[in-house]
Amino acid sequence: MTSSVSDDPVAVGRKKLAVFKFASCDGCQLSLLSCEDELPALAEQIDISFFLEASSRIGTGPWDIALVEGSITTPEDEQRIRSVRRQAATVVTIGACATAGGIQSLRNWADHDEFLRCVYARPEFISTLASSTAVADHIPVDYELRGCPVDRYQLLSVLRDLIRGRTVRLPRHSVCLDCKRRGTVCVEVAQGIPCLGPVTHTGCGALCPAFNRGCYGCFGPSAQANTGSLIRTLAEGGLPEARRVALFRSFNAAAPEFRIDERAARSDIGSSGTGRGELS
Amino acid sequence: MPNQVPECTDAPAVPPAAEWFLPRDSLQALIECLQEDGYTVIGPVVDQEAITYQVISSVDDLPRGWTEEQSAGRYRLVRRDDEALFGYTVGPHSWKAFLFPPQVTVARADRSSDGRWEMTTPEETVPRHAFLGVRACELAAIAVQDRVFLEGPWVDPVYQARRREVFIVAVHCTQAASTCFCTSMGTGPECRTGFDLALTELEDGFVIQGGSDAGHEILERLDVAVAAPSQSAAAGSARRQAERQIRRHLDTNGLRDLLLNSLDDSQWDAVAGRCLSCTNCTMVCPTCFCSTVTDVPDLSGDHVKRERSWDSCFNVDFSRMSGGVIRNDVRSRYRQWLTHKLASWHDQFGQSGCVGCGRCITWCPPGIDLTEEVAAIRSHQEPIP
Ligand code: SF4
Ligand code: SF4
Ligand code: SF4
Ligand code: SF4
Repeated sequence: MTSSVSDDPVAVGRKKLAVFKFASCDGCQLSLLSCEDELPALAEQIDISFFLEASSRIGTGPWDIALVEGSITTPEDEQRIRSVRRQAATVVTIGACATAGGIQSLRNWADHDEFLRCVYARPEFISTLASSTAVADHIPVDYELRGCPVDRYQLLSVLRDLIRGRTVRLPRHSVCLDCKRRGTVCVEVAQGIPCLGPVTHTGCGALCPAFNRGCYGCFGPSAQANTGSLIRTLAEGGLPEARRVALFRSFNAAAPEFRIDERAARSDIGSSGTGRGELS
Repeated sequence: MPNQVPECTDAPAVPPAAEWFLPRDSLQALIECLQEDGYTVIGPVVDQEAITYQVISSVDDLPRGWTEEQSAGRYRLVRRDDEALFGYTVGPHSWKAFLFPPQVTVARADRSSDGRWEMTTPEETVPRHAFLGVRACELAAIAVQDRVFLEGPWVDPVYQARRREVFIVAVHCTQAASTCFCTSMGTGPECRTGFDLALTELEDGFVIQGGSDAGHEILERLDVAVAAPSQSAAAGSARRQAERQIRRHLDTNGLRDLLLNSLDDSQWDAVAGRCLSCTNCTMVCPTCFCSTVTDVPDLSGDHVKRERSWDSCFNVDFSRMSGGVIRNDVRSRYRQWLTHKLASWHDQFGQSGCVGCGRCITWCPPGIDLTEEVAAIRSHQEPIP
């Protein structure tokens, strides 16, 4: 089997990449930057037109691929994300902030005005939204890469597939499958450690259970996560309600399947269901 | 397989099923014999708060004085009041991980500078494993996977290469977990076939049986004596104790038809409310054999690895086809698992896919018990008059 060089999508013309930041800690962009070994090869295959974290070059759109980090937290963000969408053929959101609202979405359960008054001497100068939301709540998104931070190898492989016009495959099973593939003994069953793995999206390689910790849910809900059943299991195992709520109140608190309130964290509701996140 | 004439020529000819006695402090000699023959010995090891299967170097690695308690969704290591080495039942791991590895590179493709692709099967040194401590249900599970991987129209080369090299030291159960139901499936607790050697642990040693030429050859190198009638009797009663302890039951009567005639039963909805579709049951099941194959190119696109990994019918994308996902809710995925295990496995392989080890019950976080699910479906279909 041979293929001539002209079939090569890279040789036909390099695609243009832009990387945008919204409300975030920059950790996901850093994940890309920390691919030191692969970056030179990547830069040969794609035109990095706009990536402020890496370069002062300010290329203009349109772009073939836009990577978006961060959540939408200001009226200005709402405008800017629409402009990104208009100028990018493919939008890929990266990280828990962009895909679920991030840790800053904890404000969604609090009094926003009270926060402003407590933190800022002149709250009237601050223009923010009362909530932190995922990019997909504002614009159509082509691919969502989860995680806090994203898995850089997954990010690279998606870029590789987009560059080559290959179908992007994003596994969306639970962390448990990865635990079992690596031979980790279930910390939930063998030690009673509360673990979000059964409802959490693959991506980290089941890191925490391998170090004797329950899964923190960094990668957000897995496909069709049955959060209600896990909450009942945790309650039956004796985990108090406040801790059940706290488990879900982290990087992906605002993801629909993880969006539980104190009432929903009670174990007596949702005693039957279809397996969709019943508590969203 | 070497099959030497016994050195001790004045010993009576012993039929293969004869029982010998191996003193407790000679178990190390058995491990060393296997190591001398080039085997990497895999055995039970306490790790991560459980009894797991790992490489062992000596008897000191074995879980001396440990046992466990199991129930639906719960496993706890517990101290025994004796020094038993095999005083536990089955744990989170199964031998399938050594025969059907969770992740393996099955092919590579490389493009040379002239644009030509070359596909190769990676060279590998096939591990030579001796399994120490295989239980009756696990022997049955290996036989089920032999059927799947070796005896159908397609032979799996990865499994075949490993399976050929395996030496099996079985251990008869002398106690059962609350999750065990091998008696319902006709697989245990007594080891009957499929082993090279089989041990029954007693206080001062092991009653040992050979089950193959290779097993007898090892026996000849060990410091064994023909088991005294009292030792054989003690071993027999220890084995019966395991059988007596089994409480769980799966009624297999007409089970295939019962399940396949119950595809619309309300129980599937009820169980879908509890099931997390987390895949744990299929991963711990010693007979589940599904995998997914992924091509992983490097950034240049010129070097591709084809990787095979364990997969599960509980993974939503397991049933993705060109038209989309076929089993797009937990209900249909749980139904797939249970009906494959207990019903369509018969059509596919002429036997049940369940050996009654109970792992899927213990390691299911919400504690879903397939024997209860079957009983519920049976009660709906065959109401008690
Ligand atoms: S430790 Fe957590 S992620 Fe791993 S198998 Fe158990 S429940 Fe699933
Ligand atoms: S279905 Fe469950 S009990 Fe049956 S062999 Fe598999 S893990 Fe064991
Ligand atoms: S029960 Fe599911 S994972 Fe197991 S062998 Fe059948 S289809 Fe595969
Ligand atoms: S039956 Fe239990 S172990 Fe299996 S997928 Fe459902 S919740 Fe997970």
